[in-house]
Amino acid sequence: MSSQGVDLKKRRMLITATAGLGAVGAGFALVPFLSYWQPSARAKALGAPETVDISKLEPGAMMTAKWRGKVCWVVRRTEETLKSLKEDTAHLLDPDSEVPQQPEYCKNYHRSIKPEYLIAVGICTHLGCSPSYRPEIGPADLGEDWKGGFFCVCHGSRFDLSARVYQGVPAPTNLVIPIHKYLSDTVVIIGEDDGGAA
Amino acid sequence: MKKLIAILSLALLPLTGFAAGGNVALESADIDLTDHASLQRGAKYFVNYCQGCHSLQYFRYERMQDFGLSKEQIEKNLIFGGHKIGEQMKTSMPALDAAEWFGTAPPDLTLTARLRKGGADWIYTYLKGFYADESRPFGVNNVVFPNVGMPHVLMELQGLQEATIETDAHGNKHVAALKLAKPGRMSVEEYDQMARDLSAFMTHVAEPNKLERQRLGIWVMLFLLVFFVVAIMLKKEFWKDVH
Amino acid sequence: MSFMTWIDERFPATKVWNEHLAQYYAPKNFNFWYFFGSLAMLVLVNQIVTGIWLAMSYKPDATLAFASVEYIMRDVNWGWLIRYLHSTGASAFFVVIYLHMFRGLMYGSYRKPRELLWIIGMIIYVAMMATAFMGYLLPWGQMSYWGAQVIINLFAAIPVIGEDLSIWIRGDFVISDATLNRFFALHFLLPFILAALVFVHIVALHKVGSNNPDGIEIKKGPKGNKWSDTAPADGIPFHPYYSVKDIAGVIGFLILFLAVVFFMPEMGGYFLEPPNFEPANPLKTPEHIAPVWYFTPFYAILRAVPSFAGTQVWGVIAMGAAIAVLFFLPWLDKSPVKSIRYKGPIFKGMIAMFVVVFIILGYLGMLAPTPMGTLMSQICTILYFVFFLAMPIYSKMDKTKPVPERVTK
Repeated sequence: MSSQGVDLKKRRMLITATAGLGAVGAGFALVPFLSYWQPSARAKALGAPETVDISKLEPGAMMTAKWRGKVCWVVRRTEETLKSLKEDTAHLLDPDSEVPQQPEYCKNYHRSIKPEYLIAVGICTHLGCSPSYRPEIGPADLGEDWKGGFFCVCHGSRFDLSARVYQGVPAPTNLVIPIHKYLSDTVVIIGEDDGGAA
Repeated sequence: MKKLIAILSLALLPLTGFAAGGNVALESADIDLTDHASLQRGAKYFVNYCQGCHSLQYFRYERMQDFGLSKEQIEKNLIFGGHKIGEQMKTSMPALDAAEWFGTAPPDLTLTARLRKGGADWIYTYLKGFYADESRPFGVNNVVFPNVGMPHVLMELQGLQEATIETDAHGNKHVAALKLAKPGRMSVEEYDQMARDLSAFMTHVAEPNKLERQRLGIWVMLFLLVFFVVAIMLKKEFWKDVH
Repeated sequence: MSFMTWIDERFPATKVWNEHLAQYYAPKNFNFWYFFGSLAMLVLVNQIVTGIWLAMSYKPDATLAFASVEYIMRDVNWGWLIRYLHSTGASAFFVVIYLHMFRGLMYGSYRKPRELLWIIGMIIYVAMMATAFMGYLLPWGQMSYWGAQVIINLFAAIPVIGEDLSIWIRGDFVISDATLNRFFALHFLLPFILAALVFVHIVALHKVGSNNPDGIEIKKGPKGNKWSDTAPADGIPFHPYYSVKDIAGVIGFLILFLAVVFFMPEMGGYFLEPPNFEPANPLKTPEHIAPVWYFTPFYAILRAVPSFAGTQVWGVIAMGAAIAVLFFLPWLDKSPVKSIRYKGPIFKGMIAMFVVVFIILGYLGMLAPTPMGTLMSQICTILYFVFFLAMPIYSKMDKTKPVPERVTK
């Protein structure tokens, strides 16, 4: 091909400009398609903070709530349980909740706002199964050392009643504590605290 | 060739007016979707006068933030019956009861402004178009919606109009004029403004993204125009080889 | 060994690039009308991509479909834009294809050796109509429902098997959830078949080479140009010359297309019909049913033919024939020249008449039937068929101008 009289510099510049504008245009065009996959207004509405009435909860009992489609446990712990949670921590991986799996105000031995009530996301930090609530002490299947807690049947991870993970189980971290706050003595809202909604 | 294009474009001309027509001349609602105060009043009227029977089942309360209301204002003033702000505007009336009272369930109104030819103008004319008609179950009829199955809910505000009915050469009856026979609590101007606010609100509800769409469209057009100029320059430059 | 050599030893990348782009010699005299092929491909890609995205949020269920469209329009991030791109794209597809076909008609692009190319194109057109028809049911509005009802009932007009056939198509005695479900599945499938057909269309095109506004076979003309000694003298490499030209064409098209998407997605009720903003109601027919604009010429032909001998199948046959006759175009045109530029006044007049008749039919197909409208439709239907069926006669007797040896500017 002959290139007499061709202004190569101008051509290169125009090619660059067209390619650049095309890339910018394609980039903008991509935004709607990617953003489309984000939770929709419906998903957000369904995942809105959830209020839970805990007035009927007996000591030692557990109730469940749903927040953002995930199961959330509310457990009312007894005095003895709290005592053992505070003192008996040798078998735990992260007894002081160093890994940020909870809001700052729940970084304590009971991992909650009020010591009596535990509110945790009931999803195992290993692969996402929901552990079962096993409050009894030393049952046959879990062994004599079991002091009550949560046991994940999928892969055998163990958590105590503050949702702290045992050493030597597949789960790497404590269970997640969602942000929450008390609207009154008996009503708690999950998914919202004084910093606003999650 | 040019002749053909001319024929083509001429032949298309009569099509442009086709979709706008209706049987009754609609009054211009003259709404302004950027007028937040008007939309807010419209929302208030809808919640107070319409939502008892009609839902906006695809419209979420939270979208009222689009016209300048805060979450707190919406929750405090516009949500009744324990609904959450993220929920859609359902009606409190069970559909079965409604069907029994009115013969048919009051329709959902989310898309009325897009369904009716004339959109906001249709709603405006409809709201102003009730007149006394003893032959109807609720004693009223409507100019743009003949034999409407709904009472004149806003009668205490508008009052009651009377119609002059004319019969044309083919024996068809139509409403020639409306006259306010019994005034309501509002003056004519006040009621017109209310109808305008409601029309504006319902137009917003039918397509909440409309303003956003148009705003974005301008940027898209500007970008493409620049791109077009560059692309033409590129083409011209390369085609120097050919010519 | 360079990277491209490594590839080329395993996949003919450079060979394909050269044969179909860099060393594919297209006539240098393409005009405005030659944009629509590449634009049709662009719109097809748009339809497939936006369609797949819509399918991620759409529910093909009679109780959920309508609400899921509103969900897309309101709740899904950018759902409104994706949906408008798709709904406007459907109409744009037909605009572009009709102009593409009209180009073929003007310049005789269907004539030997391009008969098969034309037929493949016609198959694409029919597949496209089927796709559009099934897609229109999916929003499950009143027009969706009753439009599909009317069209499927056409099949019921076929003698003996008609009734059973229409039930089989619907999977029910009326349009129902079963119909919606299967239409969704097919509406998703057909575009990929369409894409395969487009590939075949282009393979056929590159075998015979592009026609041009002069209707001259550049391959038969002298050889040798700036780029190659063996290539046709009137050819230029598709890339870069037509690729840069098509880029400009694409952006020009996008300006018009996106202006509709962003500023008038309903297009005054033609692209999104007002009655379709009401959910399908099997108990209530809308006052006036009309297909979407791109089907109305054929719908008018259907309505123009009265039923007689106890059956309404004649209208259905006429409508089918109106489409089928296009397949035979390569053998109907007996003119010694291809392009309208060198055809005589009769052919030019006939084409002009055809355009007018097609548009009038399209207009009449949107209106409610009136005695005057039916008469007009009947006249136009006759003229529509006259254009094709009389073509062997008038194209032969028409005076033609001498065709130059080389393409003109």
